[in-house]
Amino acid sequence: MSAPVPMPRWADLVLLPAVCLLVALLVAAAVVAMVGQSPTEVISALVQGAFGTLRGLSYTLYYATTFIFTGLAVAVAFHGGLFNIGGEGQAVMGGLGTGLAALFLSHSLPVWAMLPVMLAAGVLFGLMWAAVPAYLQAYRGSHVVITTIMFNFIASSVLVYLLVNHLRPKGTMAIESVTFADSAKLPGMHQALAWIGVEWPASPLNLSLVLALLACVGVYLFMWRSRAGYRLRAVGSSPSAAEYAGINSRHQTLIAMSISGALAGMVGMNEIAGVSGKLILEFVSGAGFTGIAVALMGRNHPVGIIFASILFGALFQGGAEVAFDVPGFSRDMVVMLQGFIVLFSGAMTYVIAPWVAAALRFLPGARHG
Amino acid sequence: MDEASLGAMLASTLRLATPLILCALAGLFSERSGVVDIGLEGKMLFAAFAAGAAGAAYGSTPIALVAAMAVSVALSWMHGFACVSYRGDQVVSGVAINIIAVGLTVVLGIAWFHQGGQTPPVDTSVRIQPLFPEAGTWLSGIPLVGRVLGEGLLVHSALVYFAYALVPAVWWLVFRTRFGLRLRAVGENPQMVDAAGVSVKRLRYTALTLNGMLCGLAGSYLVLAQSANFSANMTAGRGFMALAALIFGRWHPVGALWACLLFGFLDAAAIRMQGVPMPLVGEVPVQFIQALPYVLTVVLLAGFIGKAVAPQALGKPYLKER
Repeated sequence: MSAPVPMPRWADLVLLPAVCLLVALLVAAAVVAMVGQSPTEVISALVQGAFGTLRGLSYTLYYATTFIFTGLAVAVAFHGGLFNIGGEGQAVMGGLGTGLAALFLSHSLPVWAMLPVMLAAGVLFGLMWAAVPAYLQAYRGSHVVITTIMFNFIASSVLVYLLVNHLRPKGTMAIESVTFADSAKLPGMHQALAWIGVEWPASPLNLSLVLALLACVGVYLFMWRSRAGYRLRAVGSSPSAAEYAGINSRHQTLIAMSISGALAGMVGMNEIAGVSGKLILEFVSGAGFTGIAVALMGRNHPVGIIFASILFGALFQGGAEVAFDVPGFSRDMVVMLQGFIVLFSGAMTYVIAPWVAAALRFLPGARHG
Repeated sequence: MDEASLGAMLASTLRLATPLILCALAGLFSERSGVVDIGLEGKMLFAAFAAGAAGAAYGSTPIALVAAMAVSVALSWMHGFACVSYRGDQVVSGVAINIIAVGLTVVLGIAWFHQGGQTPPVDTSVRIQPLFPEAGTWLSGIPLVGRVLGEGLLVHSALVYFAYALVPAVWWLVFRTRFGLRLRAVGENPQMVDAAGVSVKRLRYTALTLNGMLCGLAGSYLVLAQSANFSANMTAGRGFMALAALIFGRWHPVGALWACLLFGFLDAAAIRMQGVPMPLVGEVPVQFIQALPYVLTVVLLAGFIGKAVAPQALGKPYLKER
């Protein structure tokens, strides 16, 4: 995904993504202005809602946690040369695994055993849901983009079927399972901070954030500090060269997608174990696709993904607040902006890059970066 | 099942398959020219919104149709600008179109109509009516098949018949004309087309224009024929199902037609079979039937029932050598 136009490394890594983001923001601001809202008013309400209070900040980080998982999932697949559109379905399956483990075991297992089991179940379910398309791409020649799209729909059907027909308690109308026993509840951040004597407002933010940050470190170490990661990136940048070097690209496809699915599967720890405490229907609601925007903006690097996730978390949280404050505003504006970011940071980088390079040529001293 | 319900079943299969056919044919032009089109869903959604908004605002069917097609063609061109003029990633661009469509249609809907993202229902005179309103009774004199055929085949609007008539037309265009030959060639081997002195870009843009027009029709069908107004995310995955049908039909118009009919039938059956026990298998869960098109497509792609081979150059940006 490197720019075709030669430009200094710092410009490629920082300036170009920033310009792409700026273009997306400007287009979104133009739409906001067109529908009769004031972009500055919306932005200030958004920032205030997302970062202005500890509670707002907690919500921002809670949304960001899910996006880190799905963003990392997309990024790992990208490095293996694959486009995983199936983060949505893998997250659904991961949450299903987490939820099933909790439903069947939470009454018999203590919390220290229950949470790892839930995590493992989520990871396993997400992994399997990505490994099948990966196998089909590697050994049967069907394209992973198409199969993962199909698997998204199949996953949502599986979840609806299980909830409606089997997991829903008899005689209830709401499509959700019974509440898990307490041992299956991942502690909230306010509880965890209370243990060490810090007062923090109650919010959905929970210890999954720590898990997400650990996942970032893990992905970094794997991708850039291990041989396995090197092999994976080698296949991603040039399958034929990697093949010459004795790397089996089919295995790498399986590995990349499995890790990707496992990361997406961890979404269940945040949404199911951390917040809802029961298996529900709409716990992913588009986060898999937000992950694509996050990975594109974060340039597929864990550090970039953390920042991009916080940005999107702020947009979702701030968007929810603005919807209360500014009449006529809806969270769909955030979805729209997300689309513009995918468009300009992803599809149109090659359109924007020559302009950035041309602008740089006018800056003396930047030429030898 | 009696004759009346068989007729109704046939009718709803044909109706539900119509937007899938229009959309799958749209995808066929794009993908045969070598441009992946994940954005079918978004273009159809945007077209549906445009048809609903223009239909409600101007009260005219032609204006609604033109607005839908114009919006959808514009999105196709944007896709082309990013991925044909420049070498942007076709899948990413398609995903972007889908996400933008979900968000922007609701934003504009709220701003213009103040109904929580819906458009007001279009006037009955704007809606596309059945071509022959009394046709259902014409064949009722014929025993056994009369009612089934009459109520199943003759009760539809012009847009439905048009969609089915498009299938042989597209087949002829793609497989029997010079343009079609070039279109298929550019999807298989753009270097060769370029060497023969034919513009790859122009061919792909032409394909994308046709693609946009058909997506526009598919979207307007949802608003002008199926329901009476636009509502948020009303395409509900139909664009992806059309993409699945296109692949299931092996990138061939007639194959895609059969796939769309099968998926339309499954859709119609899912509604009817809810809670009805079937012979041998008992009650089939409705989610299973809904997921079946996707399962079948995956199985086909995996080569377990025949083989689906995509156009060779699909998804690869073409860089003209200088």
